[in-house]
Amino acid sequence: MLPESAVPLPVFPVPALGPALPEIVLAAGALVLVLIGAFRGERSTALVSAGAIGLMLVSLALVFLAPAETQVTFFGAFVNDAFARFFKVLVLIGSITALMMSHDHFRRLGIDRFEYPILIVLATIGMMVMVSAGDLIALYMGLELQSLAAYVIASLHRDDGRSTEAGLKYFVLGALSSGLLLYGASLVYGFTGTVSFEGIQLALAGGASTGAIFGLVFVAAGVAFKISAVPFHMWTPDVYEGAPTPVTAFFASAPKMAAMALAVRLFMDAFPTIVDEWRQIVIFISLASVILGSFAAIGQTNLKRLMAYSSIGNVGFALVGLAAGTEAGVQGVLIYMAIYLVLTLGGFACILGMRRGGVVLEDISDLAGVHKHHPGLAFCLAAVVLSLAGIPPLAGFFAKLYVFLAAVEAGLAILAVIAVVASVPGAYYYLRIVKVMYFDEPVAPFDPMPAPLGGVMVVSSVFNLIFWLVPAPLFAAALIAAQSLS
Amino acid sequence: MFGFGILFGLLVLPLVGAAFILVQRGEDEATLSNVRWAALATTVVTFLLALVAWARFDTALPGFQLVESHAWISPEIAFKLGVDGFSMPFVLLTAFLMPFCILASFETITKRVKEYMVAFLVLETLMIGVFVALDLFLFYIFFEAVLIPMFLIIGIWGGKRRIYASFKFFLYTLLGSVLMLIAMIAMYWTAGTSDIERLLAFGFDPSLQWWLWLAFFASFAVKMPMWPVHTWLPDAHVEAPTAGSVILAGILLKMGGYGFVRFSLPMFPDASVEFAPLVFTLSVIAIIYTSLVALMQEDMKKLIAYSSVAHMGFVTMGLFTMTPQGIEGAMFQMVSHGLISGALFLCVGVIYDRMHTREIAAFGGLTSRMPLYAIVFLTLTMANVGLPGTSGFVGEFLTMMGAFQANFWVAFFAAFGVILSAAYALWLYWRVMNGPLEKPALAALPDLTRREIVLLAPLVLLVIYYGVQPQPILDAFAAPTEAVLRAAAPALEGAATALAGAQ
Repeated sequence: MLPESAVPLPVFPVPALGPALPEIVLAAGALVLVLIGAFRGERSTALVSAGAIGLMLVSLALVFLAPAETQVTFFGAFVNDAFARFFKVLVLIGSITALMMSHDHFRRLGIDRFEYPILIVLATIGMMVMVSAGDLIALYMGLELQSLAAYVIASLHRDDGRSTEAGLKYFVLGALSSGLLLYGASLVYGFTGTVSFEGIQLALAGGASTGAIFGLVFVAAGVAFKISAVPFHMWTPDVYEGAPTPVTAFFASAPKMAAMALAVRLFMDAFPTIVDEWRQIVIFISLASVILGSFAAIGQTNLKRLMAYSSIGNVGFALVGLAAGTEAGVQGVLIYMAIYLVLTLGGFACILGMRRGGVVLEDISDLAGVHKHHPGLAFCLAAVVLSLAGIPPLAGFFAKLYVFLAAVEAGLAILAVIAVVASVPGAYYYLRIVKVMYFDEPVAPFDPMPAPLGGVMVVSSVFNLIFWLVPAPLFAAALIAAQSLS
Repeated sequence: MFGFGILFGLLVLPLVGAAFILVQRGEDEATLSNVRWAALATTVVTFLLALVAWARFDTALPGFQLVESHAWISPEIAFKLGVDGFSMPFVLLTAFLMPFCILASFETITKRVKEYMVAFLVLETLMIGVFVALDLFLFYIFFEAVLIPMFLIIGIWGGKRRIYASFKFFLYTLLGSVLMLIAMIAMYWTAGTSDIERLLAFGFDPSLQWWLWLAFFASFAVKMPMWPVHTWLPDAHVEAPTAGSVILAGILLKMGGYGFVRFSLPMFPDASVEFAPLVFTLSVIAIIYTSLVALMQEDMKKLIAYSSVAHMGFVTMGLFTMTPQGIEGAMFQMVSHGLISGALFLCVGVIYDRMHTREIAAFGGLTSRMPLYAIVFLTLTMANVGLPGTSGFVGEFLTMMGAFQANFWVAFFAAFGVILSAAYALWLYWRVMNGPLEKPALAALPDLTRREIVLLAPLVLLVIYYGVQPQPILDAFAAPTEAVLRAAAPALEGAATALAGAQ
């Protein structure tokens, strides 16, 4: 018989679950999908896939329905503010679109396993936790959930040497970078005595100790890896090229959004008081990324590798906004990522449409004269690459305009000048794609494309073309999100 | 209408035509004919609308007219359109030249007709946009976006080295322009607005002006193009289809000069005074050097391209003399050169379509076979030389007058350019048209067709008309020129006192 305790058992208050409802719905739904898949086996892929898309759509609706004010729950570990919601919308759109584009591709390759949609959902939960993290522990948990799912889907094509290699590379380097980040986080905790971003901000208000700076550097290195910024970019081209194309489309879209959100939140929420310490790091990785992204892509012949270098360069441009360290800078990053998401998805829709006689094509030369048989694809891809090059009036120009606006306002005009000049050689390889598609002699047409690809191409092209006429809504949303952070 | 003004209509009209052409299906001759006529009709209607705008425009007023502003990016960055005496003539020139470009392509463009016409109509919208934009960022968007259709026009319908030429054209001009974007951002933060009207009244700090001026110069100098960044132009001209060359010489080059007079001179007067010697040096080198280079050309289009660079040298020289004659003359020179060089490229197109070569040596003695053509070509050659009675004379004369007031030696050296231009232009005419008709391939050349007469006659008549009646255009330039000079007066006085103090 147990003795009657004199003191009452401590009562743990139950945290409010409402703010995390979109994540909770996803998590519960993912478990149901696993059960469906486990009982029905491989036949269930189409059903699970549709279910996953439905789940994420529900989650997206819940994000939109959430109240406008900032909600904090799980004792400060989970923050649902306008900034988080902005990125959650981007992440969900990225995941949904990537999933929609992948089913047909995998079916033709004979690798349409039901695990894939579930892993995407799990990765999405991880990303949503990442962007909502209010302390270092929640951040790390979200990051790892996303990364572990990503390692698996990188090597989804088990019989393909490149795919398994990509998965292995991604895992080894990803684990290393997670280690760096964790080590940095532990240093920060050790020297500030807290893991919550708010607490760190207060603890560092009077200046940072050397130990905390060390921690900051390690954290920055880990983050740079996740957003594939130079000098931690080496994995990107190999993983992009090796992974099955729908997986690459996923990697290039949703996780990039989440990682950038994480970077912004970390620097702007946890370390805003020591801007001068981290600004030089961000300036360096930003410039290095822009320059490498511009020059290294020139020699590429594989479209997926080229997109990898392009993503490195674009992350560099987005970081120009972060380097400003101001509200306008954050707004610039948000706008940049939103536009970049649509461009990336449009670009990969075009790449996924390249298939002749059942053979998947990935080379730039395979696009020769594609305007003849597939004017829609050619137009969409041309608009995407010119937009990535930052040529007005396409949407990509406004992305660059806003980060440069923020940089110049913050007194970083030199950074803006170097970045903008470095973007000119980058324009060369984007133009080369346009040249191959429009100037070269046509070859045989591609196989008929599945409807989702066409849909993504249309949405991407329309967005790209008319954005300059109605840019205000996105800018306003990004402003609200940026304001919620400070 | 619906809160949108006539300038907005000018921007939308060509796009409507382009949309109509895009929905045409089929590749048969009837469809293609529809496409061609639809494009022509669109450009003609656009020109008529531009004439309506011109009729509503009052040249006596110095400020912006027909102004309309629509909500755009933020309260400070609006979709603002408007014209003043500097921009209105260029809007007209653009709308006027476009039907000729379309007409010139009726028979020569046989592949991908639909895309070709769409590219030209989109290009028209963007070019008009450059001249009517009253917001820095809006201007930049139009200014840069022009690169895309022009890149496609050169790259798809160009000659043998079209890919090299199109890439060079695109990357050269892009490199020049990106610095201007950063300068615009700096101006936006300094003045708190990107509204051109308000920026004109702002008055930037002289030390900041210095940087801003250089950044804008990088962009406009490439676009003009000024020596030594002119090398993209001959390549682009040679490879572009005839209509592309007309637009390139007629409108795109003028964007550089327009930029100088819209931004550099009135917004950065101190820096403009300070950098005037640099501009003079580059202009004089351009005038003499490219004229000499033009003498040595064996390709007709290349020769005209180099002569364009030389003529643009007169423009930059005239603008930076900061005298009423210099600025008005430079502006007039641009309009006149737009007509003359456009017509000259059409002339080259006429014999290119017959012989499929532009090599000067392949011709000779055409006068006997093509008397009408000879008259047209001679008139335009004379206009290119700057013979009194043609519009070419007025611009050159006024810029020289301005230059004499500003600096004797600049005018002295520039005068050599006038002589050299007579040399290369007349020598070209002599080699192509005069002498005995010896080459057997030329023996059966037909004279101008009716389409070609329709194409060339209005241009030739206008060149002569503005040669004897330059006043209508000069009137338009007078009021804004006065405003520019008023803004620059303190800077000019400051420079004069400094000079007097040094002596």
